Amino acid sequence: MTNFRTVALLSACALVMTAHAADKTGDEKAVEVMKASFKERGQAKLDRLDSDETMSLCNKYAGGKLPVDVAKKIQAGNLQSIKLPADGKLLGDWKAGEKIAQSGVGKQFSDNPANPNGGNCYACHQLAPQELSYGNIGPSLYNYGKLRGNSAAIQQYTFGKIYNAEAYAACSNMPRFGHNGILTEQQIKDVTALLLDPESPVNK
Amino acid sequence: MQKLIWPVSALALALVLAVAAFMANPADAQDAKGGAAGGDSALKEIERYRAALADGNPAELWEARGEDLWKQKRGPNKVSFESCDIGMGPGVVKGAYTVLPKYFEDSGKVEDLESRLVTCMVMLQGFSYAQATKGPFGGPDNKSDIEALVAYVTAASRGMKMNVALSHPAEKEAYEIGKKIFFHRGGPHDFGCVTCHGVDKQRIRLQELPNLLKPADARQAYTSWPAYRVSQGELRSFQWRLNDCFRQQRFPELEFASEASIALTTYLAKNASGGVLSAPSIKR
Repeated sequence: MTNFRTVALLSACALVMTAHAADKTGDEKAVEVMKASFKERGQAKLDRLDSDETMSLCNKYAGGKLPVDVAKKIQAGNLQSIKLPADGKLLGDWKAGEKIAQSGVGKQFSDNPANPNGGNCYACHQLAPQELSYGNIGPSLYNYGKLRGNSAAIQQYTFGKIYNAEAYAACSNMPRFGHNGILTEQQIKDVTALLLDPESPVNK
Repeated sequence: MQKLIWPVSALALALVLAVAAFMANPADAQDAKGGAAGGDSALKEIERYRAALADGNPAELWEARGEDLWKQKRGPNKVSFESCDIGMGPGVVKGAYTVLPKYFEDSGKVEDLESRLVTCMVMLQGFSYAQATKGPFGGPDNKSDIEALVAYVTAASRGMKMNVALSHPAEKEAYEIGKKIFFHRGGPHDFGCVTCHGVDKQRIRLQELPNLLKPADARQAYTSWPAYRVSQGELRSFQWRLNDCFRQQRFPELEFASEASIALTTYLAKNASGGVLSAPSIKR
């Protein structure tokens, strides 16, 4: 009898806990648990567990379908965040861009923040055909510029896409390299050149 | 572990290290560059390399040390793990890993294997929590007792099917939280588990990524951990696997045996139901 009562009481407690959890959106509860389960290390502080409005919405609809109006809202907000270079020059040095595309260094708690971050483009994209070790999470960017040309509009779109991919595809898997301070303006110019410069191996 | 034949193992280890040295920087998938041609043929080469590794797995050394630790009388209370219930009753090792994580009445918590070992070290053996969780991931200068115990316990379930019950409300709650963590994107790169593990046949560089939302991939991936990691010369637990995933996700550090780690493990272990354990396996 005592055993039964204990079990019943425990079950009731567990049910209350479950009901309590359901009061919050699942993601809020998960974030609460995560905040108690992670510790800051190196440059990775606990505020990395906080979401901006974009990621809050992406997380809310993760695993389901993103409503069209929400997608439009996300894209419009992120489009406004893009800062084009003041000097109006969007193309840097493609050779520097290739190095940035190869490097996966940066922002991990094990990385020295004094070193420049990489873009790690090859982790997810094919770019120059000489590099055979490329990922496929993003589309192939081989011949990116050859197929699209090098107009001012294409330069702006390309720089903007690298700066903040959420401006063009809501809840895209691609990091917001400029918006989130992963790459500097000059680095984004260099990667833009890797994609668009006719001399870049990407367009050969 | 008497079956361990030293010269053969040493030879296999030498071979493994030679192959590892030949591969360009196998330590990090993001930097790995296959020398072979891109696409399928390169992936086949990697498959061949993995098959070559499987012959003579140094995980046996960790299993043997874990068995000794399991049977030793340890801690201030001088008690062995043989009175520790890791899921199927006190002292039962065979099959226990297949039912984890699960809810334990004595601690009032859902626990995975590593956190359960910690609970027994504290409740039975009399260690402090800080002592029990000190240095859970081994390195050249510190051998991890937890990793050895994990090797011993998981090896005893090799060939058995994963069978997480998810019957207790606390287990169901852990599963739901784990699922949310899986889908939660954040940090400077907006990465979550789902970024790399939510679609079929994705790769980072040439490293294939299991789609953990698909039962076949989820089973194959979960049942191959823990594993002896050739590039590190260490046996790595599932807690280590998650810790390193979050590092690459650019998150802060996942604390060993934390609630989030156990919730995520519950989600992944349940999704692997029916998968046959091949762990401790051997990986690049």
